[in-house]
Amino acid sequence: MGTTSPIPISHPATRDPWAVRAILLTVAIGFAVLFLLVPLLAVFFEAFQKGLTGYWAALQKPAAQSAIQLTLLVAAIAVPANLIFGIAASWAIAKFDFPGKTALISLIDLPFSVSPVTSGLVFVLLFGARGWFGPLLSAWNIKIIFAVPGIVLATIFVTFPFVARELIPLLQAQGSDEERAALSLGANGWQTFWRITLPKARWGILYGIILCNARAMGEFGAVSVVSGHIRGLTNTIPLHVEVLYNDYDYVGAFAVASLLTLLALITLFIKALLTWHRADPVST
Amino acid sequence: MSNSVPVSLWWRRQILPGFGLSLGFTVVYLSLIVLVPLAALFIKASGIGVDGFVHTILAPRVLAAFQLSFSVAFYSAVVNVFLGTILAWVLVRYRFPGRRFLDAIVDFPFALPTAVAGIALTAIYSSNGWLGGPIHALTGWKLTFTPFGIFLALVFIGFPFVVRTIQPVLADLDVEFEEAAASLGASRLQTIFRVVVPELVPAALTGFTLAFARALGEYGSVVFISGNMPMKTEIVPLLIVMELDQFHYTEATVIAAVMLVVSLILLFLINGLQRWGKLRGQLA
Repeated sequence: MGTTSPIPISHPATRDPWAVRAILLTVAIGFAVLFLLVPLLAVFFEAFQKGLTGYWAALQKPAAQSAIQLTLLVAAIAVPANLIFGIAASWAIAKFDFPGKTALISLIDLPFSVSPVTSGLVFVLLFGARGWFGPLLSAWNIKIIFAVPGIVLATIFVTFPFVARELIPLLQAQGSDEERAALSLGANGWQTFWRITLPKARWGILYGIILCNARAMGEFGAVSVVSGHIRGLTNTIPLHVEVLYNDYDYVGAFAVASLLTLLALITLFIKALLTWHRADPVST
Repeated sequence: MSNSVPVSLWWRRQILPGFGLSLGFTVVYLSLIVLVPLAALFIKASGIGVDGFVHTILAPRVLAAFQLSFSVAFYSAVVNVFLGTILAWVLVRYRFPGRRFLDAIVDFPFALPTAVAGIALTAIYSSNGWLGGPIHALTGWKLTFTPFGIFLALVFIGFPFVVRTIQPVLADLDVEFEEAAASLGASRLQTIFRVVVPELVPAALTGFTLAFARALGEYGSVVFISGNMPMKTEIVPLLIVMELDQFHYTEATVIAAVMLVVSLILLFLINGLQRWGKLRGQLA
């Protein structure tokens, strides 16, 4: 593999006829324009229907402000929680052999195959008023469902695998030779981890964090089920988009949505930078 | 794997520290966030007995939702296999201005929150939208608030899965095989269908299943474009939310449990397909 020239199109025998190339390129680019570029432009076009002042006013409304704050708060809890988990899981899985490892890796990926709605529902069944722990929680006057803790839990659930699935293959590929050398030279476990493993994995960690963060801030279905849609209290940015949209406040809905679109664009940009960085063999 | 080694031996054989801590934390966190909540769903669902289960699932509205979800997810995944393969082919084999940009924005549907995708697609394809307007005026077709609208949303969220599973396989595919086929007298068409396509089958099936699984559970992008009419455009995740809103916890739980079983089967299938693809890659 990889022994031939990186640009295979110069070989006439493997070159598609001119017409085929034209058709396939048209289909690919046409699809990208219709399904990627036009929706992207539509968000900003609709958001600026009433000009810059209308856009700014929509973002300054108290309900929008509190939605932004709640989203930042939820991400500030969910991302570090899953980051710590991802590092612990990848250390255990990549550095050691133990029975049941394959099953553990599959279980970590499990939240990705659960419908967002189901991800929210399971927490309603546990902590809702009629759930398993409902009576206990109401006796202690603790609210989880239709409150911030439920939103945090649902967000942690749906973003659970992001950091771990990025780090496990990376640490496996890097091996443990350098860690063994550090230990044999007298470093203790934490020193080895902080000075060897963590710096080596920094790009993978960053990659996992930005993907986890994008999903944490943008999650809709799971959060929608547990939030109760209390304006100013339990509406995250995506939920606030829905509220405004259903109120026919399209400028408001798209203005708030444009924040999430910007977040998606920044995420893609960093992702592309990291991918090119990693494809460069010198820097890894 | 060290399955045959006695437990006390593989525990002591570890050179690196932190095995107990990292694995212990991983298992506890995984259990608390993912396994216990999902188990709660099944325990709750099994509590209603066979009669109640059959009664819930065979209700006409539930059957209609299942039929709609499965058929639209299937059609969208089929279309995504073709679109995704064309995109992957163009990205790997052709050189054209904007190729890197196209490569980066293929992930846009992964990064864009589903609620934003939903309102943006609705704004474009509704009967007074940018594209939906002219189409409606010319043909009288309504794209949104129909099963076709759901199909559009599912194509949007599903095609990156196919692109990203086919792209690496295509990039690794040695052009020498195609050159050999061409030098032995095969036409370009024969080369494509006898040499290239068979190599892509495992990846295409994996991409299809990933897109299908995601489409089945999708909620955020569909609710805005579908119109949410019971028996007509109500998908299963939406039905779960509707049941929850009316405090029909048992019905919601049973429907969600069925969806979860389907997701687990699909996950199992994806793992198998990926192993098959890897095995073929090693043989080649």
